[in-house]
Amino acid sequence: MGEIFVVVEHRQENLREITMQMLGKADELCRELSHTLTAVLMGGKGVPFLDELVERADRVIVMEDERLRNFNADRYKWILNNLIHEREPHIVMMGHTAWGMDLAPALAVMTGWPVASDCVDILVQDGNLKVIRQIYNGKLFSKVSFRQSKGYLVTMRPGAFPEDKAGDHHGEVERLPVPPDLPETRREFLEFAESETGEVDITQSEFLVSIGRGIGEQENIAEIKELADLMGGQISCSRPVVDKNWLPKYHQVGTSGKTVKPKVYFALGISGAFQHVAGIGGAGTVIAVNKDKKAPIFRVADYVVADDLFKIVTALKERFS
Amino acid sequence: MNIIVCVKRVPQVQDVDLEIDGSKKDVHKDNLPYFINEGDNYAVEEAVRLKEKPGGTVTAITLGDEDDEEVLRRCLAFGADNAIRVDPGSLVLDSYVISRILSEVIKGLDYDLILTGVQADDLNSGMVGIMVAEHLGIAHSAVVTDIEVLEDGAAIKVELENGLDEKARIGFPALLTIQTGINEPRYVSVMGIRKASRKEIGVKRVEDLNLSQDDLTPATVVEEVFLPPETGGGEILEGGPSAIADQIIEIIKEKGVI
Repeated sequence: MGEIFVVVEHRQENLREITMQMLGKADELCRELSHTLTAVLMGGKGVPFLDELVERADRVIVMEDERLRNFNADRYKWILNNLIHEREPHIVMMGHTAWGMDLAPALAVMTGWPVASDCVDILVQDGNLKVIRQIYNGKLFSKVSFRQSKGYLVTMRPGAFPEDKAGDHHGEVERLPVPPDLPETRREFLEFAESETGEVDITQSEFLVSIGRGIGEQENIAEIKELADLMGGQISCSRPVVDKNWLPKYHQVGTSGKTVKPKVYFALGISGAFQHVAGIGGAGTVIAVNKDKKAPIFRVADYVVADDLFKIVTALKERFS
Repeated sequence: MNIIVCVKRVPQVQDVDLEIDGSKKDVHKDNLPYFINEGDNYAVEEAVRLKEKPGGTVTAITLGDEDDEEVLRRCLAFGADNAIRVDPGSLVLDSYVISRILSEVIKGLDYDLILTGVQADDLNSGMVGIMVAEHLGIAHSAVVTDIEVLEDGAAIKVELENGLDEKARIGFPALLTIQTGINEPRYVSVMGIRKASRKEIGVKRVEDLNLSQDDLTPATVVEEVFLPPETGGGEILEGGPSAIADQIIEIIKEKGVI
């Protein structure tokens, strides 16, 4: 009987969705492997979501200290390293999030345990732990195994697992003191900052005409704006368009941008990186146009058009003029 | 201020049908176009801009064979002062082994800051940079979208989720992984790259580094790769553009938004 650790991710007094997704997957693995599920919570004093965690894990290890209120890789990895060597869990799960990407690789080096990042599944085959990852921007899947070790670190892709699968538990709370020799950090949190807002709020749109890298040139955006106006939709986009400063950030759909829930999401030249797809889970109908018939967006689209977006845009505009 | 940038040359897979190779552990890459990894391109631009005022050097490092020197020449054309290629020979690499090799090379250099892209667009791991920082025992931060250099460190902005950023302060020496969009990378012409190729590229071999068998043992092993399903059961609209346009309009009308 072993133990699975889920490192609790929280922000501004709220549990993050990835935590519930990890608890669901960990619960499933615990049943398969007869392991127990331990949530590891590092946070400020009096976190408001402890009860919620207790219902979803066999045990919640709590370390409260004001220096742990906001994520800090230097301190979190130091505490986790001690805890991992003391308890030797079979699996340690973290989110493949901004914070997880800062923590997990450092923790792997510190513990000497192997790590696999951005996993969309974890499985046990012939008694060995394996993970499924997506590579080449989602165009290929890869099954990965680990060098033999006492335990393994994995970071889980946000959205790869549902949030409502976390099991019913009435776990115990184990409060551990924060070691007095907690190291000084070399990276000090200052504050959170919201990104700029603009004249449109795409989260309220019923119909989004959304563009991606396939738009090719900045000059081509005018044509899509024209089409959106004719059809009565609002324009949104994926990350590459904002990276190039072709549209302001408040048009961006995805994990680092906005989560949208239109009745219709019309995706033009968007390849469908997971960070983008995570932002359209609430869309009613997704129509995707991409000349690359292997574009990952087609795996989530309700209607698939494998053609040149400009040909389709021209034909659509003719219908409206 | 001395800055090191770690860069990688990666195959471009957009609009390409990937074919799995005989080993079933990778794809055929012979006919794929290669380019500098997108995040690394932003990182080089950032490095060159950051050293402008205080002065100092930018050193670009890549791990690869002679073909990979192309990305180093690109970095030199951007304004990097030095370039180092580390030749791994036939070693099997994963994030851990790459980070071990890079940190061993960097250890002997004089630096305040190390930059690299958030992740490589081929294997999408996003781990090498932060592992290098941990091997070197220096401060680190992932997914950085702004850097303002202060006396002994920098004020940085870290991109979180849902349009939220974190402002933080980090002490030098530090490693930052750079998110795309942090700046507008300059355009360099083929001529510019050719000119830069006159500068010498330092070459190191992994076997000459002080690394043990353990250091060079991958922590993860790719067992097999496979192609995902092309659609998730969505309906494929067919016909010429005008027939497709008609179908699209019908679908959208049905949903009541036009």
